[in-house]
Amino acid sequence: MSEHEYTPKSKVGKWFNDRLPLLTLANHLTDYPTPKNLNYWWTFGGILTFCLITQIVTGLVLAMHYIAHADMAFQSVEHIMRDVNYGWLIRYIHANGASMFFLAVYIHIFRSLFYGSYKSPREVIWIIGIIIYLLMMAAAFLGYVLPWGQMSFWGATVITNLFSAIPLVGEGIVTWLWGGYSVDNPTLTRFFTLHYLIPFLILGLVVLHIWALHVPGNNNPIGIDIKKPSKDTVPFHPYIVIKDGFALLMFMIVFAFFVFYTPNILGHADNYIEANPLVTPAHIVPEWYLLPFYAILRSVPDKLLGVIAMLSAILILAALPWLDTSKIRSAVFRPLYKQFYWILVADVLILGYVGAMPAEGLYLLIARIATAYYFLHFLVILPVLGFKERTTPVPLSITEPILGGSPNLAAVKKKDSFKDQ
Amino acid sequence: MEKKTKRRDFLFTATYAVGAVGAGAVIWPMIDQMNPDASVKALASTEVDVSAVNPGKTITVLWRGKPVFIRRRTQEEIAEAKSVKLEDLKHPEKDEDRVKNPEWLVMLGVCTHLGCVPLDQKGDYNGWFCPCHGSHYDTSGRIRKGPAPTNMEIPEYKFVDANTIKIG
Repeated sequence: MSEHEYTPKSKVGKWFNDRLPLLTLANHLTDYPTPKNLNYWWTFGGILTFCLITQIVTGLVLAMHYIAHADMAFQSVEHIMRDVNYGWLIRYIHANGASMFFLAVYIHIFRSLFYGSYKSPREVIWIIGIIIYLLMMAAAFLGYVLPWGQMSFWGATVITNLFSAIPLVGEGIVTWLWGGYSVDNPTLTRFFTLHYLIPFLILGLVVLHIWALHVPGNNNPIGIDIKKPSKDTVPFHPYIVIKDGFALLMFMIVFAFFVFYTPNILGHADNYIEANPLVTPAHIVPEWYLLPFYAILRSVPDKLLGVIAMLSAILILAALPWLDTSKIRSAVFRPLYKQFYWILVADVLILGYVGAMPAEGLYLLIARIATAYYFLHFLVILPVLGFKERTTPVPLSITEPILGGSPNLAAVKKKDSFKDQ
Repeated sequence: MEKKTKRRDFLFTATYAVGAVGAGAVIWPMIDQMNPDASVKALASTEVDVSAVNPGKTITVLWRGKPVFIRRRTQEEIAEAKSVKLEDLKHPEKDEDRVKNPEWLVMLGVCTHLGCVPLDQKGDYNGWFCPCHGSHYDTSGRIRKGPAPTNMEIPEYKFVDANTIKIG
């Protein structure tokens, strides 16, 4: 938040800015004071914006050639792959772009978890982020249905059937979602419409996400409140722009590797078989980014409770700012939380792995333990840790440990000193 | 000052009420347009010739976009289905209540868990096994093990003659 009033230098600029203060906004965005210790984990916000724009642009192009009809959708996707100029490239960017989007969003979310970015006063940023994440999952699922392959069809069947777990009205809701008695053409056309809509909803929420971020400003690796602007901050442009740009280039190398060298490794071969309502593929699994939640769904032997557990696993994140009772944001100063953080990361990776395996025997047992631990982390460990953990001294400013010698322990011991900068 | 209901309060309430009815009248068509349309509902029944189905064979036909299993059961399968005690079942139904003729089992080939098509002659109970999340069904299509909550559904059907079944 730049405190000073901004006046454009040119007369035309001033004339325009008095009527619509776009230049003031641009000035705010370039001057925006940013903590100078932001590390590369903070570059994923920019990377995610790039992912969203990539998906919208490639999606727009694909929609020019795709036909949303049960009899023609599969053929039209093959037509894009074989006949349309650069169609293969655009589709591979879009399909792998979804995976890259989720890769980046998971890093972004786990960065927040490590550095406590969800804590006061950034709860609203966090909750908007969770809503964006839910919409991303919806968009990814709807998009996966559009090629009308076997995985598309059976994925759509399984996910829409989750709603049949709702008592009394469940079956009615499923029929309503389908527009028939099974997944069929009416389902495909509405899924296409919604798949086209959601990215623009996400775009709007991203604007709110950034707006809400610009009120308190960025969190930072040591998680303290900093004075803005001060010697602890640098202007967003050029410092952060260049850093984000470099990270984006690195990310694009990974992206390009998938697109050009292994474009189908993240997909399923079954989806190159046209949808057949009479045969379910022998091994049906969702895309990799949904596997941990799929594992949670399957680990519960009851249908309704399984669905509730899966939804709770996502929605519990929205309550995180209040479940984590610790006043210290960054895990750097929380020796116990740091260990539980990495256990949680391992737990989610294990859930992802067993989600891809058949739901039986040892895999099922592991899935159940990992599911139980996931909820234990958020519902028991985090609330208790805030009271029990002995945190290490927090510096008073970003520069203090370097310029001011060792941290001022006396000041830190006054419990709230890190807050009232 | 005493608080009295004024003419203006009445006008506000009446306006809100009429507005709510109007909004509902506009929203309902927007919701209901997603329900099955007339052309979908028109495809309600299918007739199947089963003369070529031998004992121990299953055919699968498409009805309302969903698979229907028509299995001509062997004597052992019928005996097995009948011998099960009701208290051993998660969704207790007698085999007699699930068939019109014990030799013919006609049911929706849709797993009641999340809608996959179970595989024929697989699983621990010689019936069906759903590959998606591991539900086991017996020779009467009843759920025996796994996450599915109920037995596979029996559609409305009748024998038009000895060799023809009309589903729907």
